[in-house]
Amino acid sequence: MTAVAARRDGSAALRPGQRHARRRELWAGLAFLSPWILGFAIFTVWPLINSLYISLTDYDVVNDPTFVGTANYEQLFADPKIATALSNTLWLALLQVPTHVVVALLLALLLNQAGRSSAFFRTLFYLPKMTPAVAIGVLFLLMFNGQEGVINQGLAAIGIDGPSWTTDAFWVKPGLVLMGLFSVGSAVIILLAALRGVPDELLEAARLDGAGPVRRTLSVTVPLISPVLFFLVVINTIDSIQTFTEAYTAFGGAGRTAYGNEGALFYVVYLFQQGFEFFNMGFASAMAWVLFLVILVITGIQLLVSKRFVYYEAERA
Amino acid sequence: MSAVNAHAAAAAAPDAVDMSPRREGRTRKRWVRVLVGVALAILAFALSYPFLWLLSASFKPRSDIFDNRLIPEVFTLDNYASIWTEAPMALWAGNTVLVTVLAATTVTISSAMVAWGFAYYRFRGRSVLFGLVLATMMLPGAVTMIPTFLIWNSVGLTGSLVPLWAGNLFGSAFYIFLLRQFFLGLPREAFEAARLDGANGWRIFRSVAVPMCRPAIILTLLFEVQAAWTDLMRPLIYLRDESDFTLPRGLKQIVDQFGVAGNYQWELVVTAGVLTTIPMIVLFFFGQRYFMDGIATTRAPR
Repeated sequence: MTAVAARRDGSAALRPGQRHARRRELWAGLAFLSPWILGFAIFTVWPLINSLYISLTDYDVVNDPTFVGTANYEQLFADPKIATALSNTLWLALLQVPTHVVVALLLALLLNQAGRSSAFFRTLFYLPKMTPAVAIGVLFLLMFNGQEGVINQGLAAIGIDGPSWTTDAFWVKPGLVLMGLFSVGSAVIILLAALRGVPDELLEAARLDGAGPVRRTLSVTVPLISPVLFFLVVINTIDSIQTFTEAYTAFGGAGRTAYGNEGALFYVVYLFQQGFEFFNMGFASAMAWVLFLVILVITGIQLLVSKRFVYYEAERA
Repeated sequence: MSAVNAHAAAAAAPDAVDMSPRREGRTRKRWVRVLVGVALAILAFALSYPFLWLLSASFKPRSDIFDNRLIPEVFTLDNYASIWTEAPMALWAGNTVLVTVLAATTVTISSAMVAWGFAYYRFRGRSVLFGLVLATMMLPGAVTMIPTFLIWNSVGLTGSLVPLWAGNLFGSAFYIFLLRQFFLGLPREAFEAARLDGANGWRIFRSVAVPMCRPAIILTLLFEVQAAWTDLMRPLIYLRDESDFTLPRGLKQIVDQFGVAGNYQWELVVTAGVLTTIPMIVLFFFGQRYFMDGIATTRAPR
């Protein structure tokens, strides 16, 4: 079509005009992109360069930065709180990501069986996701309170002596993971959409081959939706590593002499404290770069591992 | 097992009018439906429970907050009366509305423009630039937190509401990605027709493309309203005076002042929590269709 149209116009004669049109296309396109190009330069490229420089200085915002070389990075490895924060964060992610994805998958599988009522329930499941994270932090403090909280009172009713979720350095992480399930809704909806895409013929074929519901789910459904599961694992890992608001609401801030629970001192919480409570901008910038590398490495490993387990239909064809 | 039997029966006697295995299957299916429905109802209740707990606690006197009844034994509106005098809730709500409206409108307009630039115009380097957009989507926010603060600090805008929304003037990678997908799905003929009618690039964008992708525009607005309304990190970094606080920052203040470090006046904390949350619930009920479709199609876990 286009070839015919071009020949009818006389392609040779139109070349300068075409070049003109192409240039106009470029400038018009760039005009529309200009907000992003400007923002990319100011709020991405410059901050990355600047934070690399700041991380090599001692800087308290008030006085000019003084160059200290790699001192911040050396201090970072010597600071026991960094080790605590890093291990707290990785433990949380290790607990949170599988729990979140598996629970979301189970809920989505159940919803997929619900027929017409699934639209109604899917809305109800998503609703808690609208709760601001700061309110979730408050709810964690109150519902998971060791003595009076509803969780432990419920456990006591069935004869279990519940742990001190909010004050114990170990139990605070499982507690936060359980509280986080409250906002599992968006993952459920993403998975439900993926489940709708699993062809009925394949499930029917497996059924005729004698596969029961569990077998059908594990051998047909899960491999077919594995790209979506993988996507959720990657996104949830990045989110989990950057946990801040719920923990800081519950344990950090003014009116306290110390952070409320050492077991909930997560990496970004400590980064925030160093930057905006102690104004160690250099040290905090070094922390940010280490965090960036940690996330890159973890995402990289996930990508490598995923090659073995994630099934992409397009690749097979 | 029954599935295999049915299959065998069908294979052995394809013409036989034996409905019994099927009917058996149908009643079993109905039972499964009922069980699934009950399980879903219980789970929906469990997931709604924390908010219901919060809501009900806000109507209880302080001594009853931990009694774990969903229907308050003593029903009171005192908490709602006293929260207005204990904290400048109306002022905080006003600040939040201002920031949210500015954040959502600016990010929607700028992201739609950029997305349109990527979707409609063809020029060299376009895919490289779009690759950069996708790359910034993967950049963890905590990495640029400090240098971004230093930028706003150097122009003297820390301590004001400006840093909470002005970054949105430059578009946001996720929304650019989302809106570009929608623009790419529109029929190009409509734009060519407008172009031949003499419309310039801006006219085509403003009067043809944007109206055609209304659902995506609304979705972007809704997502950003939620993000801006609920944010705590940036208000913590940028706001100093209590009179500038947003509701989440105010709620954190109330937790510190009346809850953890105060006299354990949790009735004020839960009431402020409800007031911070309710607008989001209302937003959801107005926009649920967009939220549901949007999350399912764009796979946007936020």
